[in-house]
Amino acid sequence: MIFKHGLTAVAVAGLMAFAGAAQAKTFVYCSEGSPEGFDPALYTAGTTFDASSRAVFNKLVEFERGTTNVVPGVAESYEVSDDGLEYTFHLRPGVKFHTTDYFTPSRDLNADDVIFSFERQLDPENPYHQYVEGASWEYFNGMSMPDLIESIEKVDDMTVKFVLKRPEAPMIANLAMDFASIQSKEYADQLAEAGNEAQLNQKPVGTGPFQFVAYQPDAVIRYKANQEYWTDPAAIENLVFAITPDQAVRLQKLKAGECHLDPYPNPADLEEIKSTDGLQLKQQEGLNVGYLAYNTQVEPFDNPKVRKALNMAINKQAILDVVFQGSGKVAKAPIPPTIWSYNDQLEDDPYDPDAARKMLEDEGVTDLSMKVWAMPVQRPYNPNARRMAELIQADFEKIGVNTEVVSYEWGEYLERSKAEDRDGAVLLGWTGDNGDPDNFLAVLLGCDAVGGSNRAQWCHEPFNDLIQKAKVVSDQAERAKLYEEAQVVFKEQAPWATIAHSVVSEAMSDKVQDYKIDPFGGHIFYGVDISE
Amino acid sequence: MLRFLLHRFGILIPTFIGVSIVTFAFIRVLPGDPILLLAGERGVTPERYAQLQELLGFDRPLVVQYWDYLWAILHGDFGTSLVSKQPVLDEFLARFPATLELSLCAMFLAVIIGIPAGVIAAVKRGSIYDQSIMTTALVGYSMPIFWWGLLLIILFSVTLGWTPVSGRISLMYYFPQVTGFMLIDSLLSGEKGAFASAVSHLILPSIVLGTIPLAVIARQTRSAMLEVLGEDYVRTARAKGLSSGRIVGLHALRNALIPVVTVIGLQVGVMMAGAILTETIFSWPGVGKWMLDSVFKRDYPVVQGGLLLIAAVVMVVNLMVDLLYGFINPRIRQG
Repeated sequence: MIFKHGLTAVAVAGLMAFAGAAQAKTFVYCSEGSPEGFDPALYTAGTTFDASSRAVFNKLVEFERGTTNVVPGVAESYEVSDDGLEYTFHLRPGVKFHTTDYFTPSRDLNADDVIFSFERQLDPENPYHQYVEGASWEYFNGMSMPDLIESIEKVDDMTVKFVLKRPEAPMIANLAMDFASIQSKEYADQLAEAGNEAQLNQKPVGTGPFQFVAYQPDAVIRYKANQEYWTDPAAIENLVFAITPDQAVRLQKLKAGECHLDPYPNPADLEEIKSTDGLQLKQQEGLNVGYLAYNTQVEPFDNPKVRKALNMAINKQAILDVVFQGSGKVAKAPIPPTIWSYNDQLEDDPYDPDAARKMLEDEGVTDLSMKVWAMPVQRPYNPNARRMAELIQADFEKIGVNTEVVSYEWGEYLERSKAEDRDGAVLLGWTGDNGDPDNFLAVLLGCDAVGGSNRAQWCHEPFNDLIQKAKVVSDQAERAKLYEEAQVVFKEQAPWATIAHSVVSEAMSDKVQDYKIDPFGGHIFYGVDISE
Repeated sequence: MLRFLLHRFGILIPTFIGVSIVTFAFIRVLPGDPILLLAGERGVTPERYAQLQELLGFDRPLVVQYWDYLWAILHGDFGTSLVSKQPVLDEFLARFPATLELSLCAMFLAVIIGIPAGVIAAVKRGSIYDQSIMTTALVGYSMPIFWWGLLLIILFSVTLGWTPVSGRISLMYYFPQVTGFMLIDSLLSGEKGAFASAVSHLILPSIVLGTIPLAVIARQTRSAMLEVLGEDYVRTARAKGLSSGRIVGLHALRNALIPVVTVIGLQVGVMMAGAILTETIFSWPGVGKWMLDSVFKRDYPVVQGGLLLIAAVVMVVNLMVDLLYGFINPRIRQG
């Protein structure tokens, strides 16, 4: 009996503590994993960005919350030279770095901080280039920044100029990415003087809406609102990440009122969440596409009509029902609908096995045998590739195509599928990095990417010309037209069967207000409020 | 006694080297290249791949890599995580107290319930007590940890609201970590209610992690007791008219404990495996979940270093068990 009363007392104490905290507006986010560190430029995982760049840091330009549009960040304006080679950023005056118990800034953000933030990634001689062992600046390199940037110059204290080696319209979107977070040079210098550089990755100092308070590995991260934020301070005063890796447990915590938001509910629980009092569910298409890439360099898949026929044999709705269980949407274009320049006028290939069979016969293709590669891992754009491959196999068998499903270990799969003489069509997908159509169309379908990330090994000049042209034009409306046209060419040529875009679901307490799903898959709490 | 100790320590060194080879080889035998896994769909160019191999030292012969690894360990350097870029030893030490605290509580629970249950089952052999204890032990032993944990959460945390769902302490308490053991740190913090909160968070995970060892200990105690209770000296003690409490407690149990202590020592290894699942369910920030993640990411230094450190802990526990035999049974000490 004493035991039971003891527990009840604890529960009541906990509830009271929670109620007290609600007055101080504490938002508890049940995050799914631990950040790898707090210097976002070192990493590529979204979980790390949620805890670092998206809470603590700002960039020169930023993505408008809930969209892929780029808006001013700590740079209040920028100009691009006529030849597209020089980007000049004018910094916002009065932007303050966080004052914490481990750092007190003596000055506001200036050009030195911006140059430091990029130079350390660009210059192997920079003392911070290898400040943690094995620092490889993956995203900076992945977005080809070293090949692109000629120099970064300080024009004056509040003006920075990036000089490029070639025009690149997606540059602005690149600078809104997480690796482009602006660090404090003053803080870095102090740490270097103390011989404690590694702290830059453990106790971050930024200019963002939340400032870091403490991190207990795998358990909890605490932040408080930055009251000196250069625009309005955050509505929530304390932000807590309660690290909860198990999906089922996250939902139980949400129900028990132990957290406000569950970022990745199980698709099987969505109906229950919708009908539970006190909870709400938000959904939006993700910034991704799942596809089946034919090898367009190998017969008979070099014939667009054969590819088109196979596309018509795939019952995408069945795949959505079985594999995605409602958390997906049929894809008709190679870019997701949340990206600007998405061509909604495209007509998807109809599901018509009879017509598909006839088309193959007309092309003289009989007794076709092929392989379909199934990824061994789960991805938002393909939650169960094996199952998807089996469904496609059944669809192809219906039109007389003998299909074998193959799979390899993930690293091996990615490597082998790059081969230009690869045997078979590959299931794969892509999640956008910067919301620019170039990040899908050039990376996945450009001629330069054949033998690499262009798994269709597809180099089609009319298409390639359009995307190359769009890369050097800086006017977005003009670029959008070129990309829309490129999507029409893509659809005619059918190097892929576009299968699905995932639908992102996030479960939260109905007290949560103004939360917006981030198209990049991030979780952003600036601008969010909780009702009393 | 000194010879006994030296002998036991002597065995530790080759075991440690053996474990270091196995852990080094184990993660490399698994298919999966950490560089390719880290790059994912984005991929790397062959030039970049070569650059990264050099940066991470994977371009050197395996023997050289192993030797460097062993040499570094002898100097207390367990390497740096490929994923988090943090020193492996720091990551381990930040998480290990949580695992240790949970394991000790689970083991405590398993011992204080398991041994008396086993004794009762043996003394009342064939009775309804014996049968219910043994059936419960069998069920406990066969219970999938994941399912059991979730069941307890749904009942005690969500439906009844008696215990928190997961974590080590209520998020509302915030104090610096001194020892890493939440029970101690919460007391040291002096914050009202912190200790009670830490205890309430420990209850369900300890039950879940302690269930299998409890079942094993109960069964082992029962069979050891049955054997001892049939011995001549127990009959003699009975004939002398000693009370049954004295016979069971003083004469029988002490002799029955030797195999039980062995089993308890072996259960430490089992617990480390159980900790992976228990820690995942209860968001317990220990080494289990950390190791699991690093295997998936082929984070060589973490898997190698983490396994080696865990193996070292298990070896030390088993050494302590060996020493404990000496106290329980003087004949072992002399042998």
